[in-house]
Amino acid sequence: MITFEHVSVQYADAPAPSLHDVTLEIPEGELVLVVGPTGSGKSTLLRTINGLVPHFSGGTLTGRVTVDGLDTAEHRPRDLATVVGLVEQNPSSTFVTDVVEDEVAYGMETMGLDSTTIRRRVEETLDLFGLTPLRARALRTLSGGQQQRVAIAALFAAGPRVLVLDEPTSALDPVAAEEVLASLHRIVHDLGVTVVLAEHRLERVVHHADRVVLVDEGHVSELLDPAEAMLRSQIYPPVVGLSRLVGWSPTPLSIRDARRKAAALREALGTSTPRPVADLRVIGPADAVTVDGLRVSRGGRVVLDGVDLAVARGSVTTLMGRNGAGKSTLLGAIAAQHRLAGGTVRVGAGVVDPHARSARERVRTVGLVPQQPELLLYADTVAAECTAADEDFGAAPGTARGLLDRISGGIDPAVHPRDLSEGQRLELALAVILSGSPEVLLLDEPTRGLDYGAKKRLGEMLTGLAAQGTTVVLATHDVELAAEVADRVVILADGEVVTDGPAREVLASSPAFAPQVTKVLLPQTWLTVAEVAGALARIA
Amino acid sequence: MARLQRRARLQHPAAWWLWGLGLATAASRTTNPVLLLLVIGVCVLVVDERHDPATVNPLPAFLAIGAVIVAFRIVMTALLGNGIVGETVVMTLPSVPLPDWAAGVRIGGTVTLESLLYAAYDALRLAAVLACLGAANALASPRRLLRYLPATLYDVGTAVVVGLTFAPQLLTDAREVRAARTLRGRDGRGLREMARLTVPVLEAAFDRSLGLAASMESRGYGRAVRSTTTSRRAATGLALAGLVGVLAGLYGLLDSSAGGVLGLPVLVLGALLAGSSLLVGASRDPRSGHRRDRWTWTETVTVVAGAVPAAVLVVGSVQGWEGIVPSQQGELPAVPLIAVLALLVAALPAWLSPRPREVAP
Repeated sequence: MITFEHVSVQYADAPAPSLHDVTLEIPEGELVLVVGPTGSGKSTLLRTINGLVPHFSGGTLTGRVTVDGLDTAEHRPRDLATVVGLVEQNPSSTFVTDVVEDEVAYGMETMGLDSTTIRRRVEETLDLFGLTPLRARALRTLSGGQQQRVAIAALFAAGPRVLVLDEPTSALDPVAAEEVLASLHRIVHDLGVTVVLAEHRLERVVHHADRVVLVDEGHVSELLDPAEAMLRSQIYPPVVGLSRLVGWSPTPLSIRDARRKAAALREALGTSTPRPVADLRVIGPADAVTVDGLRVSRGGRVVLDGVDLAVARGSVTTLMGRNGAGKSTLLGAIAAQHRLAGGTVRVGAGVVDPHARSARERVRTVGLVPQQPELLLYADTVAAECTAADEDFGAAPGTARGLLDRISGGIDPAVHPRDLSEGQRLELALAVILSGSPEVLLLDEPTRGLDYGAKKRLGEMLTGLAAQGTTVVLATHDVELAAEVADRVVILADGEVVTDGPAREVLASSPAFAPQVTKVLLPQTWLTVAEVAGALARIA
Repeated sequence: MARLQRRARLQHPAAWWLWGLGLATAASRTTNPVLLLLVIGVCVLVVDERHDPATVNPLPAFLAIGAVIVAFRIVMTALLGNGIVGETVVMTLPSVPLPDWAAGVRIGGTVTLESLLYAAYDALRLAAVLACLGAANALASPRRLLRYLPATLYDVGTAVVVGLTFAPQLLTDAREVRAARTLRGRDGRGLREMARLTVPVLEAAFDRSLGLAASMESRGYGRAVRSTTTSRRAATGLALAGLVGVLAGLYGLLDSSAGGVLGLPVLVLGALLAGSSLLVGASRDPRSGHRRDRWTWTETVTVVAGAVPAAVLVVGSVQGWEGIVPSQQGELPAVPLIAVLALLVAALPAWLSPRPREVAP
């Protein structure tokens, strides 16, 4: 269906080619997962399939890419639109119309299908993706998961033979991600559409994949069996980590397969109790953040209603919950980004009301890394950004730079912040905010676009900060990160706190938010592979 | 009225834009404040009743810009004068002596009621025209109008879509970037701060517009035209010439000083050219429509309701009816009854057009 023959892609000014001599053949009706660290060339590979690389992006492509017999060198993306549909990372920026139904019909209109066919296919597609109740909704009012489903449905409706998706679930909560994957599963199995997707959160997708392609620094492996690929891959989900630890063969990819093999492990672990891997921290009294009866409304809608929260000094708390549950708004309200409609917020040892302070004083008490870290970055080199941060926060010259060197694995100071990878950009933004040495550090969805390596570094850094007395609150969909770092988990739903308790209890008891290791070893409550490894070492 | 109790639907966008243009033509022909306020009132009323709930209502922004224009004109006139000599002195500002060669220019000095009223009426006319544009925007989003753009104008269409998403996105991004700025301990005020904000705001908005363009490209926008390059260029040329003709004609109609030569004849010629290119393009345009907006009697009513005030006020201004261009005396100007009635006709679509689709919030 899709063939790559000795394909290399070189962007202008890039030191090395983004793709290097790729030869690959993807058969029809397969769900192919593209796996690789950030910046390895996954997005470039996906975008060559419909010709956006090089027709839209620029750069030089050598070799041949053919899709359904059409050479992308001769056919522009718009001519390939009948064959390939591409879903981008951020669907909201790709909507052409205003309403769900119009969006679904748009592609078919440009293709010139007759209006009775369009009408029929619109109805079928809305049913297939469970969008019928949303058909008259304005696109900008939908949640992230719903928008992603509309984006896929809109492309699918046009009847392409191939669907290409770039990180379709990275911004979604676990339940919404399952919905999206279920609709993909259905169109692959029932309708024979070929699906190629790239995703960092392997724990969500790897068991849906028929084939896996590994990408590393522009080199692309052949089509691999998923289990075999997971044995070779540098990045792998926790269930594979557990399997590597215990030596299961063949490697289980789904929770169900792993549970079948896990009886012996459960018995071996027996009565030993999980012990946190990180050093025990001193957790102070619960007065670092005190939120009392918080009410916030945005755009005429009450987003938070009567939220009470008390966060202990030097602890790591994660906020979890569906897309649109009010997590970001809660963080924003604590950092005085949103006006309060009621209630109070007090932060830090000085019992500061952040809403009553000027921005300059506030940043010493509470620092927030927003969902898009690039919003914090203005300068044209990393070095200039660090200097500006020292000035902004009145810190000693070199503070931000020193922090950045400690946080990251070495970033070239002459690079433009926009050219950094997603993970490096986050690290830079974090260094900027930390130069104000805030007592309370808030992070909004820090794991978007991070691979496992970058996520691990982030986790270590956060626990390190907490050990030094900084209070950390982060909002995330990433249950595996929460399992690694959190002392406490607060689950929000519909603007209210529904669960609040120690991380182990909350995560292990929630069907949606339980990490993979917990699901495999229930009823025992292990959270991470490292915990299990530690316990096995103690037993042996 | 039983026929109006049909399914909720959106009117054809062209009908609303023609209505808005008609009303704008009417507004541009008068400086009578009563008539101009009536135009704004009609816009607000119709938008309130029939605006498309799926998009953000842009009318308040247009009204705010209009108010700023009026205030700015009045302040500048008070400071610099506008050459209108009047007798009623409102106040006397301390004046700055200027050298002889700057005769005719003054800073400060006496401020007369006549010059202020002249400035206010003139600015109000601009504000009313803006209100008409805002109303058309709110009633039918330009994106919907774009669907009817002939395939020959593909490149122009892409540019328009990118532009249309660019401006509103700019506002959202500016707000976000400013909020993020406070996270670095800056409150985002002052000139230097504003300068620092521009680059990230422009970058973000530009990125998003590019994303939309890429998405339209990969979804087949513009693949419609499968003709030779020469014939496509000829058709594009024809369409552009037609559009320029229409614009020049409209300008002639709106600006009474340009006279009749530029007015109706050029408009008709331009409309013919544009129409023919549209037909040529449409015959080759394989795009189809899902629930394309239909043109029914309510659309015709809407267009007529916009054309009536335009016709009445153009005739009125040509024949010099009393009160169309009132004198700048400190008294309520005469209001021609027939103009008022004509403007009230423009409000009819608020009830005679179908109710817009329901969109859940």
